[in-house]
Amino acid sequence: MRNPLADRVVGIKPSGIRKYFDIVNEMKDAISLGVGEPDFDTPWHIRDEGIYSLEKGKTFYTSNSGLKELKEEITYYLKRRMDLDYHPEKETIVTVGGSEAIDLGMRAMLNLGDEVLIPQPSYVSYEPCVILAGGKPVIIELKNENEFRLTPEELLASITPKTKILVLPFPNNPTGAIMEKEDLEKIAKVIIEKDLFVLSDEIYSELSYKHSHISIACIPGMKERTIVINGFSKSYAMTGWRLGYACGPEAIIEQMLKIHQFAIMCAPTTSQYAAVDALRNGDEDVKMMKEAYNQRRRYLMHMFQKMKLPCFEPYGAFYAFPCIQQFGMTSDEFATRLLREEKVAVVPGTAFGECGEGFIRISYASSLMNLKEAFERMENFINKRRKEQG
Amino acid sequence: MREKILTFIERNSRVDIKDLAVILGADELTIVNELAAMEAEGVICGYHTLIDWDKTEIEKVTALIEVRVTPQRGHGFDNIAERIYKYPEVHAVYLISGGYDLMVILEGKTLKEVSSFVSDKLSTQESVISTATHFILKKYKDHGTILSKKYEDERMKVTP
Repeated sequence: MRNPLADRVVGIKPSGIRKYFDIVNEMKDAISLGVGEPDFDTPWHIRDEGIYSLEKGKTFYTSNSGLKELKEEITYYLKRRMDLDYHPEKETIVTVGGSEAIDLGMRAMLNLGDEVLIPQPSYVSYEPCVILAGGKPVIIELKNENEFRLTPEELLASITPKTKILVLPFPNNPTGAIMEKEDLEKIAKVIIEKDLFVLSDEIYSELSYKHSHISIACIPGMKERTIVINGFSKSYAMTGWRLGYACGPEAIIEQMLKIHQFAIMCAPTTSQYAAVDALRNGDEDVKMMKEAYNQRRRYLMHMFQKMKLPCFEPYGAFYAFPCIQQFGMTSDEFATRLLREEKVAVVPGTAFGECGEGFIRISYASSLMNLKEAFERMENFINKRRKEQG
Repeated sequence: MREKILTFIERNSRVDIKDLAVILGADELTIVNELAAMEAEGVICGYHTLIDWDKTEIEKVTALIEVRVTPQRGHGFDNIAERIYKYPEVHAVYLISGGYDLMVILEGKTLKEVSSFVSDKLSTQESVISTATHFILKKYKDHGTILSKKYEDERMKVTP
């Protein structure tokens, strides 16, 4: 029999988290700080709206690009929260999570061999999406001393004549890093000069603790070369609803819609109705959850200081990315031993790119009570290692 | 800062002061001073415990009593409310808009205890016109806390 598989797919490395996931799942009383989704339930009024739409029999396809009301609410939202102007019909598409929007963006824009710059550590799906779209991922290794922000020098050094897209994943999973206005302005200059496009993954935009999130599309000259990706998963605690969106130049959105139309048809109808309510009546919920994350974030920073674990202050998302190099272990060893000995699950930094070596990702999408217990155990673990080291 | 302190301790009055300072991003002294000031001003009236008595062996009966009264010139409803709230078995007294005037929440050991309070002590008050007593059969949620279900984390343990 012939080989039934495509080389391109077989060549993609499986997610680094998988193996680890199996170990954690076997352990009964492990506390997990390895979860990449909110610990809150979707606010009830949003769920109720979803249920109501089912009761009314709203169970048919919507238009390919999404419900008209939803696209309108999305554009109102982007205007009021980020001062972005998009046309609801021509420049907006509703997708199955932010993940689909990433995939669509790559497939709509890449020709064979085009290079895509991916700053790492970052979310695991950019690289495979580029490969599947026939592009070539080029990794930019972000540095701890820059608080894992992207600098214009790093960007410039990675650009070749084949570079077409820059992925901009801020606020960042796994580091919690953000890009402030000045940072964005500096890289925007390079992007415009080198005629690149940006896929800006802003899924954590509402979880920005220093000041309100700024989209790179707001920097003059950037809107026409940027796809803004966002969604409902993190800000409204709606991960399982699988709903996201992309906004950008009409010409690109039109082609993304073509792929979406044939591959997906439309995003889930129930989720779309619920999302309309989220955008209309959910501002208070977002504020409440953000405050809760911020409280935990402060607690984490305090504990890192107490444990003498170096960690830059993460101003975004719900992750911290402390450095564990002082213990003479790889991230993988550290995470595995912490789990085996103290039953605390964290994710090794290497799951998000090779340059995550020497770091671990700690998710604070977990109750204060859990965090307290987990940090006690972690302190225990660290003290033992220090004693061994003498 | 006050709002942040109150919002937090309303749900968890047992939080350690040191932790509270860290969590709210304030120094400890500020928190201690604010708490003391709010206690003195009567903003913070107590630190109670939320108990689901149904889960214990101890029998309790709770009743909501709607009371219609004649207000007194110069005192309005305050005098009669005071006469009622001074009974220790009375849990809460609210002045209500709408079909009746006072809502009295009463806790007793038995049905008999509650009904004798209503007939002997409440109805006999001079300005009380009528009462309607409702017994609570089951508490689903109290003080913003769902009593029936325990929270379970249903998320997958590790996700990217």
